[in-house]
Amino acid sequence: MFTAFMIKYAEIGIKGKNRYLFEDALVRQIKYALKKCDGEFLVHKTDGRIYVDAQSEFDFDEVVAHLKRVFGIAGICPVVHVEDEGFEKLCESVIAYIENVYPDRHKTFKVFARRARKNYPKDSLEIARDMGEVILKAYPEMKVDVHEPEIMLHIEVRENIYIYSEIIPGPGGMPVGTGGKAMLLLSGGIDSPVAGYMIAKRGVKIDAVYFHAPPYTSDRAKQKVVDLARIVARYTGPIYLHVINFTDIQLYIYEKCPHEELTIIMRRYMMRIAEHIARENDCLGLITGESIGQVASQTMNSLIATNEVCELPVYRPLIGFDKQEIVEVAEKIDTYETSILPFEDCCTIFVAKHPVTKPNVNVIRRHEHNLDEQIEELFRKAIDTDELIIVE
Amino acid sequence: MEVYLDNSATTRVFPEVAELMKKIMCEDYGNPSSLHTKGVEAEQYIRYAKETLARILKVNEKEIYFTSGGTEADNMALVGCALANRRRGNHLITTQIEHPAILQTMHYLEGQGFQVTYLPVDPYGRIRIEDLQQAIMPGTILVSIMHTNNEIGSLQPIAEAGALIKRMNPSALFHVDAVQGFGKAPIYPKKVNIDLLSASGHKIHGPKGVGFLYVGDRVKIQPIVYGGGQQQNLRSGTENVPGIAGLAKAAEMLYAHLDTDHERLRRLKHFFIEGVERIDNVKVNGLLPGEPYGAGTAAHVVSVSFGGVRSEVLLHALEEQGIYVSAGSACSARKPQPSATLKAIGVDKSLLESTIRFSFSVFTTQEEIDYTLQVLYDKIPILRKYTRR
Repeated sequence: MFTAFMIKYAEIGIKGKNRYLFEDALVRQIKYALKKCDGEFLVHKTDGRIYVDAQSEFDFDEVVAHLKRVFGIAGICPVVHVEDEGFEKLCESVIAYIENVYPDRHKTFKVFARRARKNYPKDSLEIARDMGEVILKAYPEMKVDVHEPEIMLHIEVRENIYIYSEIIPGPGGMPVGTGGKAMLLLSGGIDSPVAGYMIAKRGVKIDAVYFHAPPYTSDRAKQKVVDLARIVARYTGPIYLHVINFTDIQLYIYEKCPHEELTIIMRRYMMRIAEHIARENDCLGLITGESIGQVASQTMNSLIATNEVCELPVYRPLIGFDKQEIVEVAEKIDTYETSILPFEDCCTIFVAKHPVTKPNVNVIRRHEHNLDEQIEELFRKAIDTDELIIVE
Repeated sequence: MEVYLDNSATTRVFPEVAELMKKIMCEDYGNPSSLHTKGVEAEQYIRYAKETLARILKVNEKEIYFTSGGTEADNMALVGCALANRRRGNHLITTQIEHPAILQTMHYLEGQGFQVTYLPVDPYGRIRIEDLQQAIMPGTILVSIMHTNNEIGSLQPIAEAGALIKRMNPSALFHVDAVQGFGKAPIYPKKVNIDLLSASGHKIHGPKGVGFLYVGDRVKIQPIVYGGGQQQNLRSGTENVPGIAGLAKAAEMLYAHLDTDHERLRRLKHFFIEGVERIDNVKVNGLLPGEPYGAGTAAHVVSVSFGGVRSEVLLHALEEQGIYVSAGSACSARKPQPSATLKAIGVDKSLLESTIRFSFSVFTTQEEIDYTLQVLYDKIPILRKYTRR
């Protein structure tokens, strides 16, 4: 029965003169999300609102599910669209609307009318008052409550007339693309996809980098990362995933540096490579899934060591999250099941039994000099292995 | 160079089989139950397939039932016989090193109130006849023993087991999971007291999604799949005609020169074991005492533990050179836990995660084995250099 959706947006309503940029981005993201739904839709901005008008048959649940993944949407109002054929016809439509949407009508309500088309014979207050009466007559079990109604029935008179009363909550945040672009260090784990999701929610477009270490990590592990990127892309739009072959650097560090520091030094090179690729691709920052103290390489001391190698800001949206809180988001965005697939860990040989938890940066720097002979060349070679996978 | 040495996981389909199947799918696509010519044509393929398999096994063609594969054949044999023979007893016997298609089905039956004895194996992966003798009881209704082990290639004493079962408890049924043995060795169920025998298409250069169960005519069994009553009501569902014809064609081709192929594979295995043992700290699993080159075990499976190398890493390192092998068995490679078979034959704990299975087929050549050995000689020392410290 619904033929359109009115989109309520979140923070972008308050963006002053830049508002149109945000609205245009939201329209673009909505169009992108709807491409994957059956049916034809017209997405348009009218009178400071965004409407999605169905131009054909469509699957209501499918469309709502897709809209719920568009950042910037605060609420989705399913709308019934009727042509103006006089007030009496409108009353019939409203009665039918209530019957369909509210099987149990023991509820309080209020009619809120808006007359955008000023040549309509009744003004807003008259529409609200007269419609209220009609409803009370049709459904004596309903009661009016103008302060805290259970049903807020909106009637908006434009070219056509819109009837709506339900608001399905959206994800909030800001439309992707309004906040610049950042490079996500994506592993196969639980945390990094969540980190990418959270930064994207602030309107940031996401590129990603994955470090592949064949034969120590398998093609299945790589496929798992692609699968994760694909799930995150439902929210963020297409993700450019860079796959870097990291094996030679890893082996070289293994040969030349103390084993307890291997993970930290490895992370430092991952950050350096990620920053290099980030700059080449106009990213304004890096994103990691780190959370203080979660593992040895994420203690505050270790973070000093991995943070100092980059100039770009490193965004760590999960820094204060407990594992369980991260898992909850992962489950909500549907990455969890994929993240826990067990393909990852054939590179455990690179993990010391007792890695340093409080690395001294000066010591780490000194040991990194053991790599001076070949590291520049290996770094360059690693960059050359960059395999770009466009995930959508 | 591409060298496929994972033939116990699945095999390349013979081109003749693929062509036959394509013809059936595109031209002779009728439903064998239809009354018109198209149906009769399709039925001919099934009849011919049954005749072929019956001839190979020296059984009656009415005793062949087609399934969706080895797993379904195993399920049908175990569940179908256990339920149909419940009044005679509730005891079942199998081994500790069966494929999950048997072990998991047995666990299901335990949940249904059956008692299951899991026979241990000796260090060569074979059951001991004394253990079987002790396990058989008056209430034993079914014994299920695999023909060839999928991970180490051990061969079970099927003939002795069959004779023993029938001597001790003539009403107990004997099922053999021959998914790894059919197509590799002559098997004559009626001569060795086998009542039921499972086999699969894709292990013998036939298609995936098809297998069969031999069910001796005096066996009491009930269906586990219900429907339109095809295959004498025991296995409903429209027959997978292209798959069935493909399976039979592949079997026919293999059994046409089984002896020469077997002899050739035996020599390749001998050569490979000799070669791989030149690497230090290597152990070939499941070899019989006094048979250092694998006589008495399946000619197509070699299980090797490489000390100090993680099997998954070696697998991917070989993959980079175009060589495809398996870590443990393909089915257990999904769950990263040490193989039950390797544990059961007492492989040292440190080697459990260092074991690779090489499995050959009629397509495997001497050149491929030479290349594989050369790659192993090159890679093992490098991989050993980088181990967890």
